[in-house]
Formats: sequence, C-alpha cells, structure tokens
Amino acid sequence: MTASTARPDRRPPPPSGPADSALSVRGLSKRYGAHWALGNEQGGLDLDLPRGGLTALLGPNGAGKSTLIGLLLGLETPTQGRVQVLGADPRQPQARTRLGALPQDLSLPSALTVRELLSLYAALYPQPLPVETVLGLCDLTALARQRASTLSGGQARRLGFGLSIIGDPELLFLDEPTTAMDVQSRQIFWAGVSAMQAQGKTIVLTTHYLEEAERVADRVVVLRQGEVIADGTPETIKAGVRGATVSFRSQLSLGDLQAQSEVLEASLSHSPETAWALATVRTREPERLLAALFASGAELRELQVSRASLEEAFLTLTAGDFGAATPLHPSSAQPGSVTA
Amino acid sequence: MTQTLVSGSSIQPAQAPRLRMFTALLRAELLKLLRNRAFLIPSLLLPIMFFALFALPNLGGRLSGVAAGPYMLVSYAAYSLVSTALFAFGVATATERASGWMRQLRITPASPAAYFGARVGASLLLGLGSVLLLLVFARVAGGVSLSVGQTVSVLLRLLIGMVPFALLGLAIGLGLGPAGAAPTANLINLPLMFASGIFYPLDVAPKFIQTLAPYLPAYHYGQLGWTAIGATPAGSEGTHWLVLAGYSALFALLCLWAYRRDETRRG
Repeated sequence: MTASTARPDRRPPPPSGPADSALSVRGLSKRYGAHWALGNEQGGLDLDLPRGGLTALLGPNGAGKSTLIGLLLGLETPTQGRVQVLGADPRQPQARTRLGALPQDLSLPSALTVRELLSLYAALYPQPLPVETVLGLCDLTALARQRASTLSGGQARRLGFGLSIIGDPELLFLDEPTTAMDVQSRQIFWAGVSAMQAQGKTIVLTTHYLEEAERVADRVVVLRQGEVIADGTPETIKAGVRGATVSFRSQLSLGDLQAQSEVLEASLSHSPETAWALATVRTREPERLLAALFASGAELRELQVSRASLEEAFLTLTAGDFGAATPLHPSSAQPGSVTA
Repeated sequence: MTQTLVSGSSIQPAQAPRLRMFTALLRAELLKLLRNRAFLIPSLLLPIMFFALFALPNLGGRLSGVAAGPYMLVSYAAYSLVSTALFAFGVATATERASGWMRQLRITPASPAAYFGARVGASLLLGLGSVLLLLVFARVAGGVSLSVGQTVSVLLRLLIGMVPFALLGLAIGLGLGPAGAAPTANLINLPLMFASGIFYPLDVAPKFIQTLAPYLPAYHYGQLGWTAIGATPAGSEGTHWLVLAGYSALFALLCLWAYRRDETRRG
C-alpha cells in the first residue's frame, strides 16, 4: 500500500489516499511472445483511479487498451507489475464481486432468455439488484421472455450492460459499450450510465466515439503503444494540444493555405455561385496563422475559430510528435467537398 | 449489521452463497441442454434404437451367466452415459469456449470450479434421464426389467463411473476447437464401445480385442455395470474402480493442461 505513495507521481495523490483508490496499477506490462502489448522491459504502466467518476480510456487500435482491460478484469496475468482493483487482485473470484464489466465481444448463450440470463448473473453476486429493476433500466422489460439469440445488436448490448450492473458493482468497466447501438439504445444506455454515476460508481469506459467521451468523462487517459501519453480532464487534454479549427471564406488557393507554417491540415470547398471558397484549417496556433494571413493582405470573410474537440486533440496526440510527425495531407481537400 | 449511507464494501458479504451460485449455473446448463433439440433427441433415441435392433431379437440368450436382455440393457445404459459425458460435455464445452461465454463468466465471481461443476451436474442429469427412458422402453417393448435393487446399484456405479469420460470429454473440448471436438469424440467413442464389449460381447470378439480390452476404461466401466446384475466377474471390483480412478487422474491432468493453455491463449 505504501509503495504507491512513495513513488513520484505526476498527478497529486487522491485526497483519501491509496487505500480508497478504485484501481491501482504499478509497473504493469504484458508480453505475448516477443511482442510487448503493454509496457516493455524497462517499465510498465502506472495508473491510479480514485473512487467515483468516469474515466475514458482512449487509444488507437493496438495501443494496449484491450490488454489493459483484460489485466484489470483478471482475465490476463501481468508479465511484470501488479494490478489492484478495489484493493484486491482481480484474479481472485472474491475481488470480482464488486466488479462489473461489459466486454467488447459480448457472448450470450442463445438458448437462454433475457430474464434467465439476468437471473443467472444476479445469483452470482452477494447483493444483486432486482432483475425487474435492471430490466427497466435497460428498457428490456418487453423483451424479458425472448431468447438472447433473437435480440438485435443494440438490444444485446443493452442486455450486456444489464448483466454488468446487476451485481451492483462499485467499479464498472464498459468496453466499447455503444458499438452496434442505434440512437434509441444509445440514449437508454447513457441514461443508465448517468444513474450509475449519480450513485457514485467508478466507471472506466473505452470508446471510439470521442464526442461521447468528451461529454461524459471526468478524466481521459490516452494510451499509445502501451504507454500513457496523456492523462487529465477533457479540458486539460484539449488545452494541452492548443489546437483549433479556423474556417473562413477567401480567394486563397489550397497551395496558399498549405504554404503557411502553422497549418496542420487544410481543405477547400468551392461553391459555384461565388469565387470565395470555404477554407477549413486545423492549426495549433490560430492567432499566429491569422496574423500571417492578414499580413499577407488576404481578405477573409465569415471567419470562425473553434477550439479543438477531444477528437482533434486525440488525433494530434496519437499521431506522434507534434508538428514534425503530424502529416500535412494535401489529400484532405477531398474531391467530394467541391460542391457542384 | 450496521446500516451506513454509503454502499461501502465493508457491509457486503464477501460472496454470494455457493449453493445459490451453483444452482443458478446448473439450471442454466440444464436449460441449454434441454433446448438444444438437435442434440437432445438423437442422444435420447440412439440407446433405445440400439437396444431395439440388437437386444430385442436376442432376448432368449445368455451372456456372462445372466439373461441377454438385462445384460444388454446395462450395456446400452453404459453406452448412453459415456456418450453423454463425451458430447454433452466435451463438444458443448468446446462450442462454449469458442463463443467466449466461458471467458465472460470468468469476469463474474463464479469460480471455474462452480461452472464446471454445473456442467458435470447437468450432463449427469441428462444421462440419468436417458437411462430412465431406456429402462422404460426395455420394460414396455421387451418385458426386460431389473429389480429395484439392481437398478439402483447399476445406476450408482455407472453414474459415478462417468467421471473419467466426462473429464476426457472436457479435455477434448478444451484442447480442440468446436469443429474438431465432435469428430474426435466420435473417433474415440465408437471404437471404444466396440473394443470394450459394450456394443457386442467380448466372448465373440477377435483375440487382439480381448487382449486390449482390460486396458480400456470403458471395459472396466461395463464390468461394474454387468456384475451389479450378477454377471460372472472378470477381475475384482476394486481393480475396475482403480483403473477408472487412474484414467480420471490422467484426464484431469489433461484438462488442467488444456485449461491453462486456454488461459494464456491470447484474445
């Protein structure tokens, strides 16, 4: 327990100390054969999550998210380091009584009905929620007698969410929860997540939909190649990138725009009724870009500057070194964007 | 128990009652077996069909000192239980491993032992059901019946003796994919039944099969059943149990190895 306080930490320690942390990972690495899916010989991942709050775990494919989730759920054994979930090793069945998880590749026995599956899971936990409550929360009451095999993709994901919360867990893992969900399922699902948040549950979420993460997460951890490359609130992550999208109408060509040193990405969209093309430019220094454009005598209309979304921040972070490795795509001026 | 406002861990019992967990898992396994008609119907009908084809025309004969009817009734009960162990267990486990259900249950507090225990229990109950159907058929169609004492004795021996076959089925299921498990189990089951005197009496088998039989688990399994209805013993009862226990240990190790391999398997 004291090991985590003795270590230097980039973040201030949680106010109630490590004993109160929902999740504590120290020097965690995982190797499959010769391939390090997480960490490496020199060291591994350190991560602490205090109780309560929703943390979004982001990263491109192959960043080690699935490996990390597998280790946190006790499905995998660390090569090095240790995992503590609610103060215990998740590989012990007892530690998993306070843990719930919606796996990315959900598997439901086709022979069992929705209610039978929920009842089965309820029996595995010491103090489960009533099956009817969970059916209501996931809007599955009308489908309770249906076999799992007859559910749509979104309904099955909702059932998966129901299975993950029926044990009334303190810590909830949601791995790509909204994949295959339609709009209606998504709304029901996020209402359920809000209910869990309101009860003070600790939630760990992975998602490809960054606008979702931006909306619900208190904290964002970005992984790349098995290492944490950013960790903070959505606001601090975005501020760290200092990116912005600038859009305006001008008579500049795509070449003119790309000649500006501050431009990361640029696209032009022409419309037939005007010679003023709509330019959309991604930049880390909107002030300097605009100063340079005005200094060159360019005339800009309908100017808009918007701060980077989490998605843009994520793309910038995971693309590699700022500037140098961030590719400038002439191809991002899509042919399709020229409106006829 | 003190009531606190926060739903803290300290006031929760450590785990769900084991019996409640096991009952729920067993119920789920039974429902899965009973609703899989494509598997259930043949596995209930095959032993009855074999009895009708091979036993009913030969009811007048005697085998190992007892009437052929009861003897072959025990044989096909043994066949039914061995098949149940191999298929309801092995093949179904392989399918479930591939579907990810086993991995998903490993996220819950259910221990692998409880899950496998439920699978064992469900296949025992299925086997029991198929033997009871066979007993009813034998009595109705051939007037062949065992006394209550004999029935209980045969069932007890054969149900306990299923253990090595259940473990073998599990090892096949864990070690091979769903595509490979079914043919492999068949490849083991049918020759095993022939070479152990269960499909037809060893007295009329070729010499090399008579020599081979005492090394096979199903031979000792059959002996336990036949001697329970008064057949002439071949070897002591202790030897039969010992051989089955030895095979159980071997297959259990095989299971453990296959399970570990599954655990470390990526993805």
